Amino acid sequence: MRRRAAIPRLLHGGAATLALIAASAASGQPSPRVAHTPPAPLIAAAADLKFALDEIIVQFGRDTGESVRVTYGSSGNLARQIAQGAPYEMFLSADEQYVQWLAARHLTRGPGELYAIGRIALFAPHDSPLRPDPRLSHLARRLSDGTAGRLAIANPEHAPYGRAAEQALRSLGLWEAARPHLVLGENVAQAAQFAASGNSDGGLIAHSLALAPELRRRGSYALVPDSLHEPLRQRMVLLVGASPTAERFYEYLRAPAGRGILAGYGLTLPGE
Amino acid sequence: MDWTALTLSIRLGLLTVVLLLPIAFLVARWLAFGRFRGRGFVEALVALPLILPPTVLGYYLLVAFGRASPLGQAFEAVLGHPLVFSFEGLLLASLLVNLPFAVQPMQNALAAIPPNLRDAARCCGLSPLAAIRRVELPLALPGIATAAVLTFAHTLGEFGVVLMVGGSIPGETRTVAIAIYDRVQAFDEASAGVMALVLLTLSLVALGVTNTLARRMAHRH
Repeated sequence: MRRRAAIPRLLHGGAATLALIAASAASGQPSPRVAHTPPAPLIAAAADLKFALDEIIVQFGRDTGESVRVTYGSSGNLARQIAQGAPYEMFLSADEQYVQWLAARHLTRGPGELYAIGRIALFAPHDSPLRPDPRLSHLARRLSDGTAGRLAIANPEHAPYGRAAEQALRSLGLWEAARPHLVLGENVAQAAQFAASGNSDGGLIAHSLALAPELRRRGSYALVPDSLHEPLRQRMVLLVGASPTAERFYEYLRAPAGRGILAGYGLTLPGE
Repeated sequence: MDWTALTLSIRLGLLTVVLLLPIAFLVARWLAFGRFRGRGFVEALVALPLILPPTVLGYYLLVAFGRASPLGQAFEAVLGHPLVFSFEGLLLASLLVNLPFAVQPMQNALAAIPPNLRDAARCCGLSPLAAIRRVELPLALPGIATAAVLTFAHTLGEFGVVLMVGGSIPGETRTVAIAIYDRVQAFDEASAGVMALVLLTLSLVALGVTNTLARRMAHRH
């Protein structure tokens, strides 16, 4: 009986300890709303910027001592999350329509600014039977003779680069033939991962990703002519409630330091 | 290795256990001892998250707690920020998806208590609260521990709901399961591999602990 009486005490002790751990874990983490020093601002960025923006953030940290946190995704999904109240302070879209859509809802600070015109590329891993060429002629041949494997693109429903890939395939009259072969990434970075993993023949991905060392190491690419799809007008904007750090990061992207890194990933503006 | 994501997941797991276990114990007790109509329905409702696709739950949470809904607006007025895409939103989602993992082990443990023991407690003049404290809780302890371990491990692994209602905000809603997905897309297989190994180990340990507890419970009867 003695032993049994001891168990509840142990249990209460255990529960109390657990509660204490949880409470300290809960308070130990700096919460964006109660911390004295504000946490680094959150930035939502189109997935084609994955490697370019990571590099810019490191350089921004070196130059200013400040930091930002970034989430990559498809522009359509990110815009929807911002409209639903996600706590981002800046948005870099791969398609300016999403910025305009948010601006019409009074969620942005002004109309923002064009930061690049995006391009797409056909990427194939080293061991792929597919040879990338600008007008996708080898892909067309493989599609017509029935030897084509999987082709990765981003989901055209909400990813601008997926839309551009679809338009390029349509312009070349390959869309219907390619459709059964498509694997869709949630965003263009996932499509690139599918394309480079060796589980597919390749993919139509962002030029900026094809230029990243992680992909260069794994395969080769051909730049697709921009006449085959509508221009990918990439626009960035500060969102309502942007902090001074977010403002400085926005300016940094417009300055030579930021522009130089973007240009290294093929993200340029006309005349640059 | 994304330490922020790992500590976030652990914090989410611990808070889920601490908040859910007391509620789930009452539900488990009600289902184990209660004789009422519609018990089968309540049991089905509790078990629902086991088979419901996480995206379905995520979708309903977005509908119910999004900015457009009255509930979402009420939360926003209280919290000062929307519930979706926040840690609090993840916690709420986590409490819902873990209901069966918390209730079912405790319900089984409570149902296994011989009725004459509970009768004896009542005859000896123990108040219902004292009976819970001195008879039911100690005897259901393996079930409670199993519930805690399963809930914690399952929270660490939850992906679909978190992706839908949380986004992937560093330090806020990017859990370790989401971080793995993120790292793979960034071709960072080293980090993804380490985090996957951490989750694999934790899951194995959790299952080992639960099985040991279940065996101990079976031995006793």
